[in-house]
Amino acid sequence: MMLNERKRKWFDAVVWSVSALFAAGLTVDAAHADSHRYAVDNAVYRAECGSCHVAYPPALLGADSWRAIMQGLQQHFGTDASVSDAKRTEVTAYLVGASGGKRSAATPLRITESQWFRKEHAEIAAATWKRPVVKSAANCEACHRQANSGDFSEHSIRVPR
Amino acid sequence: MNLRFTAAMSATLLLAFASASVAQVPTDYLKSLETAAHAAEPGFAGFSAQRGRAWFNARHGTDWSCSTCHTEDPLTAGRHATTGRSIAAMAPAANPERLTDTAKIEKWFKRNCGDVLGRACTPAEKGDVIAYLTSLKR
Repeated sequence: MMLNERKRKWFDAVVWSVSALFAAGLTVDAAHADSHRYAVDNAVYRAECGSCHVAYPPALLGADSWRAIMQGLQQHFGTDASVSDAKRTEVTAYLVGASGGKRSAATPLRITESQWFRKEHAEIAAATWKRPVVKSAANCEACHRQANSGDFSEHSIRVPR
Repeated sequence: MNLRFTAAMSATLLLAFASASVAQVPTDYLKSLETAAHAAEPGFAGFSAQRGRAWFNARHGTDWSCSTCHTEDPLTAGRHATTGRSIAAMAPAANPERLTDTAKIEKWFKRNCGDVLGRACTPAEKGDVIAYLTSLKR
C-alpha cells in the first residue's frame, strides 16, 4: 500500500517534469522563430567583419553562401576585406556552424537578395530606402537599432524620417 | 576616513591616472616607419602632421579619401561610405584606443590604402598620417 502510493507519486513527478520541460522547449522554439533575435557571438567575427558593416547574424545565410563569401574576401563587394589565414579559418568555421541553410535553394551572397528578405520588407517604400541616413539596404541599423547585437525584433525598429 | 570617501578618492586617482596615460603609438612601430622612410627617400626629414592632414583629406585616384569615411574632423565619429556603419573617431585624443596596437594599425592601413589609393601606403605616408592624427587635440 505504502509502496504503491510512493510509486504513484514518483510517476506523477516524472510525468509532470517531462511535460514541463517539453512545454518550455516549445515556448523557447516559438519565441526564437518569432522574435527575430539571433545570436551573433564570435568576437573575431564581430571585430573583423562588424567594423565596416553590421555583424550580420550567421543564421541569415546558408553555409555555402558563407563559404563563398569567406573565400572571396579580397574582392568583397568592391573592397579588399581580406584577413589573416588564422582569422579566416576561425570566422568561416563560426559562420558555417551557425548558418541558417534553409533560406533558399540558391547561394546568395547578399542577405538582401533572398526571397524572405524581400517579403519581410515588402511594406517599405522605395523612397525610404533612398533616404541619406539609410544609404544602403546593408545598413540594417538605420531602422533595426539593435541590429548589431542580433536583435531584429519588431519593438526595436524605428524607420528614420 | 570613512569607506565611501576612500572609494571616491581611489576612483578620482584612478581617473586622473587613466587620462594622464593617454594612448601611445608603439614607439618601435614608429621607429620602423622612420627607418623605412629614410631608406626609401634619402632626403627624408621626419614626419609631418601638416602633410598628413592634406593627404588625409585629398583623393588619390579613387572616389574616396580617408576623410570620406573618417570625416575632415577625425575628433568626431565617421561613417562607412557604402554601408553607413558608424566608425568611432580616429584621433587618439577623442578615442584613446586608436593607434595603440601595431597589428591593428597595419591591418587597417593594408585594407584602407587599397580602397583609397589602389596600392599600399608608403612608410612616409603612414608616418605623416599618424603624426596628423596624434597632433589633434580636443
